[in-house]
Amino acid sequence: MAIPDRHGRFGPYGGRYVPETLMPALLELEEVYQRTRRDKRFQAELKHYLKDYVGRPTPLYFAERLTKRLGGAKIYLKREDLCHTGAHKINNAIGQALLAKRMKKPRLIAETGAGQHGVATATVAAMFGLECEIYMGTEDMQRQALNVFRMRLLGATVTGVDAGSRTLKDAISEAMRDWTTNVRTTHYVLGSVLGAHPYPMMIRDFQSVIGREARKQILAAEGRLPDGLVACVGGGSNAIGLFHAFVPDKKVKLVGVEAGGLGIESGKHAARFAGGRPGVLQGTMTYLLQDDNGQVNLTHSVSAGLDYAAVGPEHSFHKETNRAQYTSVTDDEALAAFDLLAREEGIMPALESAHAIAEVMRSAPTMKKSQVLIVNLSGRGDKDVQQVARMKGVTL
Amino acid sequence: MLNFELTREPRATNDKPEEWTEDMNRLDHTLSQLKAKGEKALITYIMAGDPSLQETEQLVLELEHAGADVIELGVPFSDPIADGPVIQKAAERGLRSGTSLRMILESVRHLRTNTQIPIVLMAYYNNIHAFGEAEFCRKAVDAGIDGLIVPDMPPDEAGPLRGPADEAGLHLIFLLAPTSTAARRAYVAKESGGFVYYVSITGITGAKLNDIAGVRDNVAKIRKHTKTPVAVGFGVATPDDAARVADVADGVIVGSAIVRRVGEHGQDGRLIQEVGAFVRSLKAAMQPA
Repeated sequence: MAIPDRHGRFGPYGGRYVPETLMPALLELEEVYQRTRRDKRFQAELKHYLKDYVGRPTPLYFAERLTKRLGGAKIYLKREDLCHTGAHKINNAIGQALLAKRMKKPRLIAETGAGQHGVATATVAAMFGLECEIYMGTEDMQRQALNVFRMRLLGATVTGVDAGSRTLKDAISEAMRDWTTNVRTTHYVLGSVLGAHPYPMMIRDFQSVIGREARKQILAAEGRLPDGLVACVGGGSNAIGLFHAFVPDKKVKLVGVEAGGLGIESGKHAARFAGGRPGVLQGTMTYLLQDDNGQVNLTHSVSAGLDYAAVGPEHSFHKETNRAQYTSVTDDEALAAFDLLAREEGIMPALESAHAIAEVMRSAPTMKKSQVLIVNLSGRGDKDVQQVARMKGVTL
Repeated sequence: MLNFELTREPRATNDKPEEWTEDMNRLDHTLSQLKAKGEKALITYIMAGDPSLQETEQLVLELEHAGADVIELGVPFSDPIADGPVIQKAAERGLRSGTSLRMILESVRHLRTNTQIPIVLMAYYNNIHAFGEAEFCRKAVDAGIDGLIVPDMPPDEAGPLRGPADEAGLHLIFLLAPTSTAARRAYVAKESGGFVYYVSITGITGAKLNDIAGVRDNVAKIRKHTKTPVAVGFGVATPDDAARVADVADGVIVGSAIVRRVGEHGQDGRLIQEVGAFVRSLKAAMQPA
C-alpha cells in the first residue's frame, strides 16, 4: 500500500482541506510532481544542486566525547547543520524551486518560524532569479532578527504577520491567503511536512535524502543498522527526512521529540501528541492542540521552529501505528543540551536540534555501549545565540 | 441568557407569501419563490457573536427587515485561512465574546420563534469536526439551520458530512472559483445543494471585484452543469457591485462590506440602524428595472 494514498491520506490523516480556489493549483502541483519525480533529468539536476550548492552528502559524525560523557550508546550526529544556509530546510527549498521553474511560476512565497526555511527559500530564489516574499510572525521576527536581515540581504521581501500568536501558524495562514490571491503566478514553498496533499509527501521525498545518506554511512561506519534515530519534531520535516529510509527496518526505533516548553502540565508547550487530538488545521487532518470547540490553542516553545499547534500528518500515522515514539523536552532541557554539545563537541546546535540532543541525554545513558543512536542535527545554532543569551540573562 | 425581547417584527408577509411548511428546506423555498418572481436573492453575511450573540439575533431580524433573503452566519474560528482582514477581525471579536458553535445553534433556535428566513452557517471544518459531523447535522437542522458552507472543505473531503447532512436535510453548499477547471466545475456544481457559491475573485474575502464579464462567463459555464441557483460572493462591496452581480447571477452575497460596518458601529449604539440602511441600499440597487 502506498503511503500516502492517492487522496493524500496517511491512514486517516492528511487530505486536502483548502479553499476551492487552491484545489486546481494543488492538483497541478501533484500532477507535475508525480511526473517530475520519475524524470531522470530532474533527478540529475536536483542531485547536482544538492551536491555542489548545498554541499551534500553531509557527514555522519561520531560524537566521541559526548558518547563518553553520557556513558551509554554510541552517538552519531547527522550534520544537516553543515548544509548551505545552516539547516536541512534547503533540501526541500531546492526541490520546490526546481518544480516552480517547471511550472513557469516566477514568484516564490514561504512562511517561516525560526527563519531557516525563509532563508533557504530566499537563497534558492536568488540563485534561480525568482521573486521572493517571506511571511513571518512579528513575535518570531523579534526572536530571530538576524535571520530577518539575512533574508533581506538575499533580496527577499519579509512581511510581518501581526495576527493571532504572531508565530509560525499565523505566517502559514497569511502565506495561504497570498497563494489564494496570486496562485496563477506564484508557487508556495511550504517548509515542512504539513499542509494539503501533495506537500507532506513531496517535502518528505525531498528531505528523505537525509536518511538515505545516513543509512549508507552508518552501514559503512558500524557495519550494521542503528538501534535508534532521534529527531526534533515541529512540523517534522527533518524527522521524516531521517526516518523515511529506515521505516521498513522494524528493529530501528524511531523517536520524535516535541517542544515541551515550560512543561506539559503548564499548558505552555507545543507537544501535540501529549496534549492534542486529531483535527484540521491549514489543509491537513492531524494531531492538533485545540480546545473543546475546535479553536486552535496558542503554543509555546523557546524554539520558534517547534512552536506550532499541529504536526505533520505522517507523524500522526507513525504514532497511531506505533512505528515511531514521540516524547517531549522542556525549554530548560533544550538549553542544557545546547550547552553540553557546545562544550563537549564544539558544535552549537539550533535550539530545535537541541531538543533531540536533550532526549539523547536521557536515553543514551540507559543503553548499552554496543548500541548505536543517530541524532539529526538539523540546524546550526548561530541564529539562536541572542535567544540563548536572553535565556541565560546575559546582555550582549 | 437569551430571554431578552427581540426588537424587530419580521417583514410584512404580503411581499413574500408564507407557504413554507416544516418539511421544506427554507433555502429551497425562498430561492424558488424569488425565481418565480424574476428576482435575485440578497444573501447577507454577518459573524455570529460580533459583537455579541444578542446583537447577532437583532441584526438577523434587521437584515430580513431591510430586504435580505438569506442569512449567512459566520462561525468564529481561530485560523480563518479563506478570510481577509475584515472578517478575521470579526472572528476575533466573536471569539472574545465567548461565542461557540453550540451557542450559535441555540441562538438560531431562539430566532426561529420570530423568523423563517433561510439561515446558512459558514464554518471552518475543525469546528464541525470537534462538534462531531453527524451530531452537528442533526442539531443544526433541529435548531433551524438550512445549509452549511465550509470554506476549507472541498467536496472531495466532504465524505463524513455527506450522509448525515442528506439524512438531516442540511444543504452542503460548495464553492467554485475563477481558477476552477471544467472538471472541477462539473464535479462541484453537482455536489452543491441549495446554491452554488461562485467566488468572484481569485483571492480571499473582502478583495475588490473588477471583472464582471468574467463572472458572467463563469456563471454561465456553471449553469451548464446544474439547475441549482448560482450565487456570487467575495468582493461585492457596494450597491453598484450588487446590481452588476444581480444582473448575471441568481444571488448576491455580501459579507465584508456589512461586517466592516458591524466593526465600526458595534459599540456606538448605531449598529442596527447603520447595517439596516446599508442593506436597504443593496436591495434597492438589485430591484429589476
